[in-house]
Amino acid sequence: MELTGAQILLESLKKEGVDVMFGYPGGAIIDIYDTLSRYPEIKHVLVRHEQGAVHAADGYARATGKVGVALVTSGPGATNTVTGIATAYCDSIPLVVISGQVGTGLIGNDAFQEVDTVGITRPCTKYNYLVKDVSKLSQIIREAFYIARTGRPGPVLIDLPKDVQVSKAEFKWSNEEVSMRSYNPNYRPNHNQLRKAMEALKESSSPVILAGGGVILSNASQELTDFANEVHCPVTCTLMGLGSFPSSSDLWLGMVGMHGTYTANMSLNNADLIVCVGGRFDDRVTGKLSTFAPKAKIVHIDIDPTTIRKNVKVDVPVVADCRLALEGMLELAKTKYAETDWAGKHKGWCETLKNWRIEQPLTWNDEGRYVKPQQVMRTMREITGGNAIISTEVGQNQMWVAQFYDFDSPRSLLTSGGLGTMGYGLPAAVGAQFAFPDKLVIDVAGDGSIQMNIQEMATIVEHRLPIKIIILNNGYLGMVRQWQELFYKHNYSFTSMHGQPDFVKLADAYGAEGYRITAREDLEPTLRKALASPNPAIVDVVIEPEEDVYPMVPAGASLDEMLLV
Amino acid sequence: MIDNEKDRHVLSVLVENEPGVLSRVVGLFSGRGYNIHSLNVAPALEEGTSHMTITTYGDMQILEQIMKQLHKSVSVIKVVEYSDIHAVEREMMFVKVQAEGAMRGEILRTVDIFRCKVIDVSPTEITIEATGDHEKLEAIVGLLHRFGIKEIARTGSVVMRRSRRSE
Repeated sequence: MELTGAQILLESLKKEGVDVMFGYPGGAIIDIYDTLSRYPEIKHVLVRHEQGAVHAADGYARATGKVGVALVTSGPGATNTVTGIATAYCDSIPLVVISGQVGTGLIGNDAFQEVDTVGITRPCTKYNYLVKDVSKLSQIIREAFYIARTGRPGPVLIDLPKDVQVSKAEFKWSNEEVSMRSYNPNYRPNHNQLRKAMEALKESSSPVILAGGGVILSNASQELTDFANEVHCPVTCTLMGLGSFPSSSDLWLGMVGMHGTYTANMSLNNADLIVCVGGRFDDRVTGKLSTFAPKAKIVHIDIDPTTIRKNVKVDVPVVADCRLALEGMLELAKTKYAETDWAGKHKGWCETLKNWRIEQPLTWNDEGRYVKPQQVMRTMREITGGNAIISTEVGQNQMWVAQFYDFDSPRSLLTSGGLGTMGYGLPAAVGAQFAFPDKLVIDVAGDGSIQMNIQEMATIVEHRLPIKIIILNNGYLGMVRQWQELFYKHNYSFTSMHGQPDFVKLADAYGAEGYRITAREDLEPTLRKALASPNPAIVDVVIEPEEDVYPMVPAGASLDEMLLV
Repeated sequence: MIDNEKDRHVLSVLVENEPGVLSRVVGLFSGRGYNIHSLNVAPALEEGTSHMTITTYGDMQILEQIMKQLHKSVSVIKVVEYSDIHAVEREMMFVKVQAEGAMRGEILRTVDIFRCKVIDVSPTEITIEATGDHEKLEAIVGLLHRFGIKEIARTGSVVMRRSRRSE
């Protein structure tokens, strides 16, 4: 039977197992929305801004590991998705974004709400399509999902002209895995390279495993933990890797990088071997490249060969899926290296790390009358027991979460690492809550970033999503202010946020619960009450206005040149 | 030429012949600050594929990134870099040279030496067609400069691996 393009799209989404998507209607996508109302099996969530739709799909994808889907109209609908798409691209998050487009006959004519969506999104998508022939639509959708979720995952955009949405074609669907001659991601590690990696580990006396977001993307947390325990190797994570290794472990060093722990940063610059798994040696991780890890040999495991030797010299490259590579190394550790006394070999190194941890623990200056943001994180961790999904905005709020909310499990932190997108956290929480209706989902925000996508409060209230928004309210764009304080002679140029709304009243206006915490003694009881509520709630925590995030490696400095509390 | 000749690389890239594929490939270079020196695109043997020959300048680390990025692109089927491969390389160009009086004879002798062809003549100008590898064309341009070059059109290189010689 022949179906319209809109029907083919929705049938294909069903076949791909899409149960929820996030979108916003408009003129060039109206035919799909017309058909969508007859597909109750696909839940559609009406957001309040297209950027929110993409971040919500992204939050859903990070929380579940499945492909997130967003649906928007042409022109401004499509351009509003760009920040969301770029956010997902930087962090390798699988998304399929479907945008309406003006009819094929009008393309190029500067029609109403026409932009070159495929051209605009080309550099920030893994791949994108302009569908000109309805008979190719189902195959394109299969390819789009396949490309999004395989290899190094990423966002794929399908631009769908209005006339293609209503043209008819036979609906064909194959359940076989897509095969493309020009796209064949490699998953299997080269055994020789794994042997070289293990040999390097055996020769090392001060090794560190550096785990990145790839460990979470490839669902390799268990394998990482088993391997680290087997070879008794200390572990640090990048921001994107947090949750891939339990922070309760004795081998845990804390996060690395610009706001990493003293121990983690010192460990990299003193290690004789770094085994990087699914990380990409971003500048926020390495600090000054020329002085990064001067003594270390580097083993680099990544599914994307372009990340290897991009920033740092690599001694043993392993192009593979992180999980398969870790499995292979664990197997070798248990067989060929079964006799190795790993704990004994790393004893001195672990002592050194322990001493660093005692000398320079993660801490804060507790003076003054204000609530301290670090304490908010610690209290939140205590109340949730770590059993929550935390999304963050970007800036100080994000770093305090990363430092003080000890993550123990993968996919429990949703944060924009690569692009650093303020306004990410609130819509991402929406996506995560739809994926896990019974889980506690918390967005930790600043009073600046929360306003970048505050409109999604309406989405939250409409669906009675019990999301909790913790605003660490310091009246500043805190991270920029911190840089101005430290490196720009206290010139707080346009970082003081005057005219902020009353967030408690704002919560009330949206129909959510609103709480304010100003006194230290109120922190725990009020937070406990808010987090236990079955309703959406904003908790406005008035914190020390000029609190800084420490440790801090100044931009361009070496990892061991940290500013400390 | 500002770039170092030893950093010149000739890449042969087989791609799916689909809309936008050229901007995808070119975007990989421009988005990362790499330079394309010449680019030649035409349909390849197999229907639905195109062959691009790209010449670029960069050290080994840049070349490695370019190769990897090209491989990673979803539209790219195959990438070959020709510096270590026995290959033939040719480029074609038209050069319009100022040619008056005694100069005409000398230009025509130069044309002969390099086995170029004269394809258009006017009382004051001669247009030459030249084919050869990169170095030969550079040499011709170098020699013709003193007569006064008015215009140049070059195709960019194409390359092909040499067949194995049978014993």
